[in-house]
Amino acid sequence: MSESPLWTVSVSPHIKSGESVERIMWTVVGCLLPPLILSVFIFGFQTLIITLVSVGACVATEAITQKLFHRPITIRDGSAVITGLLLAYIIPPGVPYWIPVLGAVMAVYVAKHLLGGIGFNIFNPALIGRAFLVATFPVAMTSAWLPPIRDASIFKYMGPGIDAISTATPLYVLKHYGIQAVIEKFGSMSTIYGDFFIGWRPGCIGETSALLLLLGGLYLLYKRYITWHIPVSVIVTIAFLTWVFGGEKLFAGSPLLAILSGGVMLGAFFMATDYVTSPSQPTGKLIFGAGIGALTVLIRFKGGYPEGICYAILLMNPLAPALEGWFRPRRFAPEKGAFK
Amino acid sequence: MSETLLTFQKGGVHPHESKALTQHLPIETLPIPEGVEILLSQHFGAPCEPLVKKKDQVAEGDVIGEVEAGLGACIHASVSGKIRNIATSANPVSISSPSIIIKTDPEAEPRVNTPCNWMDLSREELLARIKSAGIVGIGGAGFPTHVKLSPPPEAKVDTLILNGAECEPYLTTDHRLMLEHPQEVIEGAKIILTILGIQECHIGIEANKSDAIEEMKRVSREVSSNGFRISIDPLKVRYPQGSEKQLIESITGRRGPGVGLPFDVGAIVQNVGTARAIYEAVVLEKPLYEKIVTISGRGIERPANLLVRVGTKLSDIVSFLGGTRPDLAKVVMGGPMMGFAIPTLDIPITKTTSGVIFLTNDEIDTNPHGQCIRCGWCLDACPMGLSPNEIGIYVEGGRAEETSQFGLFECFECGCCAYTCPAKRPLVQFIRLAKMKAKK
Repeated sequence: MSESPLWTVSVSPHIKSGESVERIMWTVVGCLLPPLILSVFIFGFQTLIITLVSVGACVATEAITQKLFHRPITIRDGSAVITGLLLAYIIPPGVPYWIPVLGAVMAVYVAKHLLGGIGFNIFNPALIGRAFLVATFPVAMTSAWLPPIRDASIFKYMGPGIDAISTATPLYVLKHYGIQAVIEKFGSMSTIYGDFFIGWRPGCIGETSALLLLLGGLYLLYKRYITWHIPVSVIVTIAFLTWVFGGEKLFAGSPLLAILSGGVMLGAFFMATDYVTSPSQPTGKLIFGAGIGALTVLIRFKGGYPEGICYAILLMNPLAPALEGWFRPRRFAPEKGAFK
Repeated sequence: MSETLLTFQKGGVHPHESKALTQHLPIETLPIPEGVEILLSQHFGAPCEPLVKKKDQVAEGDVIGEVEAGLGACIHASVSGKIRNIATSANPVSISSPSIIIKTDPEAEPRVNTPCNWMDLSREELLARIKSAGIVGIGGAGFPTHVKLSPPPEAKVDTLILNGAECEPYLTTDHRLMLEHPQEVIEGAKIILTILGIQECHIGIEANKSDAIEEMKRVSREVSSNGFRISIDPLKVRYPQGSEKQLIESITGRRGPGVGLPFDVGAIVQNVGTARAIYEAVVLEKPLYEKIVTISGRGIERPANLLVRVGTKLSDIVSFLGGTRPDLAKVVMGGPMMGFAIPTLDIPITKTTSGVIFLTNDEIDTNPHGQCIRCGWCLDACPMGLSPNEIGIYVEGGRAEETSQFGLFECFECGCCAYTCPAKRPLVQFIRLAKMKAKK
């Protein structure tokens, strides 16, 4: 040939599926947006600001870190955006705006990039960010709860005096005053189930709407970005153990209340399923999820905090590589010379 | 079709088939080129030694190269003409290898093949004809067929499987062959069954070739069975359905050892194209010097299924088909999942070339790869149950020698892992590197 075209020459395969890390991450971001929009109506406009600060801080931390480490800057892959969203979703809606910045630095710089960047972090970065904030700013992180807004006045909590109207989360009330107190504070059980399912309850910014988190999770399942194993094992384990041990006597707990409160839905669908920090094969996933569920219930009933899923996931994260190694896929033909 | 489709249990992917470009096009004969370059090393086994020298006259079908020692298959002149040189040509796999260059005599009479009745021949005579015709497994690595059809006596082979899966995207040669020459494929199957002394033959065809399935079924019903049991088995469209181990599992349910030969599970697999070549070798005494190739992809002006002489240069094929398109970005010899990317069109067709794919930028993915995010998709995609992600991470970490624990040598490089990887990691490349280092 007279012309000298420059063709790509590389090792097979020469075609690839259209999937990419970017597409997965931005799809997850999309699935996380509805709960954010709803949180503006539940807790007010400041949740949007907190979330934007958190996302901005995470993206900036990633860019600066990669620049300092002389690594390619990968902020476009969306993973720092997810960390920013998740971090904001698990902090109370009444915290000062600078709080998520500290969490973001801890999450992205320490928990992610000091360990090697995407794919090499042992712990879920957003959860490390939250654990750091709870340890360093315990008052803000455990008391800046706000009662849900019922009259669409979304700017009501902007400005001074938030402390005066802070409230308690259902799990806090349940832990310290019992189920009767929950009913007194939040209405009859049927009202509670309805409100909690949609999201109208005190809690962290993005964790309250079981409905929207469930829809987002189902979409990820439909796209096959996650499988059912981890979310189902987390939720079933929490429901079962709460039913057995969560009441005045055995088998008298309220499993539905247990999974509709705290961060169960957010944790089960969006945090425990993080590829990097969870096993990838079915058996490993089921054990991982069951471990998270059991530790969550243990912390809720016996620990110092009313909610335990954050620490439960963090405790299971370092077991993921071991579970991955123990439960590898079945080899095509493990036995040599097998003639069946 | 209401039939249940056979398939394998573990892994696999379903890439865009892209067969619509050529599956409806009848096999076309490429005019004999002005010259051919016949590689002395075309496939698995020892290279041939030339039997001719410069300026010799050869006729179509003459033996021009033979293996002196070891495993191999002889090669034949694919055109009549004069030996111009014994030189070196570009080779799609090993970069370059010695070749015999023939200048075509345009006046030469075409070779005449008269059919004979193969039923009169003994097993040894059948094998001898296959050997002297230089038949190799034309669907894949090119294992010499006369060797494959002489399994050791302790191997209890009871099933012949003909591979008509053609699971590689773009390729449609087996499809067209089964549609246009079904009798010859089935006759070839009967010859193989006779050599092996068995009755049972399954022809596995992916369900996306329903017209070929119907045609093969019709012909297999019509021809006299002579006690042979030939069945046409529709297969689920799932890559790598045409891989030997997966095909045996899909059809017989038997799983062979990860590294080992199909005899171990009592089966012998031959490509449908090889069966047809066996038919031609035995019945017409015609050596293997012609090849059906799919020329496809959006980077070629006119995609086609072509019957070409072995040794035809790609540049001759491309100019016959109207040239390449300006957005051509990658040329692949073989299928897009396992074929070899080539840097030039100055490369001849070999006995094992099943297609040449001209890919544009839209069809390939040149994004740089990132770090492994441990999604585990490659573990789900691997049909052998291996851990390509770990092999990749170990290779990057300079610990390639430790990767045999992940089943390195069971990998046959189907490419499912790298196809599915969202971080675009070149896992097959890592695996090849690991194999090279671990062998040392």
